[in-house]
Amino acid sequence: MPPGSQWYDAEAGPLVRPYAVTGGRTRSGPGGVRFDLIALVEADDAAADRRGASLLGPEHRALLSLCGQDARSVAELSADADLPVGVVRVLLGDLLEAGCVRVSRPVPPARLPDEWVLREVIDGLRAL
Amino acid sequence: MSLEHVHSTDGEEAGDSSSLALKILVAGGFGAGKTTLVGAVSEIRPLRTEELLSEAGQLVDDTGGVDQKTTTTVAMDFGRITIRSGLSLYLFGTPGQDRFWFLWDELSQGALGAVVLADTRRLEDCFPAVDYFEHRRIPFVVAVNCFSGARTYAEEDVARALDLDRGTPVVLCDARDPASGKDVLIRMVEYAGRMHTARLLESVGQGAGPE
Ligand SMILES: Nc1nc2c(ncn2[C@@H]2O[C@H](COP(=O)(O)OP(=O)(O)O)[C@@H](O)[C@H]2O)c(=O)[nH]1
Ligand SMILES: [Mg+2]
Repeated sequence: MPPGSQWYDAEAGPLVRPYAVTGGRTRSGPGGVRFDLIALVEADDAAADRRGASLLGPEHRALLSLCGQDARSVAELSADADLPVGVVRVLLGDLLEAGCVRVSRPVPPARLPDEWVLREVIDGLRAL
Repeated sequence: MSLEHVHSTDGEEAGDSSSLALKILVAGGFGAGKTTLVGAVSEIRPLRTEELLSEAGQLVDDTGGVDQKTTTTVAMDFGRITIRSGLSLYLFGTPGQDRFWFLWDELSQGALGAVVLADTRRLEDCFPAVDYFEHRRIPFVVAVNCFSGARTYAEEDVARALDLDRGTPVVLCDARDPASGKDVLIRMVEYAGRMHTARLLESVGQGAGPE
């Protein structure tokens, strides 16, 4: 074991209460949507402008700007916005409801991608 | 709002399907080299994502009373490899502690496969991960991280010591080396493809069997 490390709690972070930014809500939208960590999120800027982004909080706007250029995964948004995934999910639920983002599910669960996709991945890894 | 929906995993919007994101898990005991491997192969600076836990170690999911709860975050290693525009691999280092098992359940949803990192000096540390993936039939490879100073073992010895199912690949690697890490991922994807094909044949065979 590397010096200074312990089995217990080296990986657990500090105690936090970040759900303040969601007004105490811990899950998103009325549909109980739960975004996968690798669901890809893309801002719909036109819609965001149209619908008065002023109604959204600073964290909402931060997320929107992070996925304004390219689609970003939920995990990346969480890391870059420095917000726990749980919080990001709630905020994304708001944004989805407001029509400000598009969210695409990457791969349906329990279904592996086609063989040619895997081939492409292998060739791609080799070429890196 | 009904609470039954809280853990629903298929609530995502089906949308633009031109982008594919594939998830690969990196598991193994503490200090086996998970963070190192993810950092070595990822094209972005290693990120860590966090989940919220209640004191009981469950994901915080209920609507009420959050502020009465003590919450903590758990960090996960995270990385990305872009194969081409619209096709990316996402790597998640699974938290090693037992009380975070439930996070694995979410992470393994729809995962392409897993890499279990093993340190031969503490091989038993990866037993839980091996068990986990075997039980859920998630394709995985065992990557033996060759720490300097540790005796080197043959792949077969490791396979036997871990009592792996036949065919589960064992790869020797250096988690610090991007090329070595890429090889591990290639073996994993190849194996996932073989497992996938075998299962398809299996299911076709059953479906077409005599009635
Ligand atoms: N000599 C050597 N050290 C390594 C190797 N892989 C990881 N380490 C070191 O071992 C320690 C633990 O690795 P880490 O990736 O943090 O393990 P984790 O707990 O599984 O995330 C770190 O200090 C690494 O620098 C390796 O292949 N060779
Ligand atoms: Mg680590």
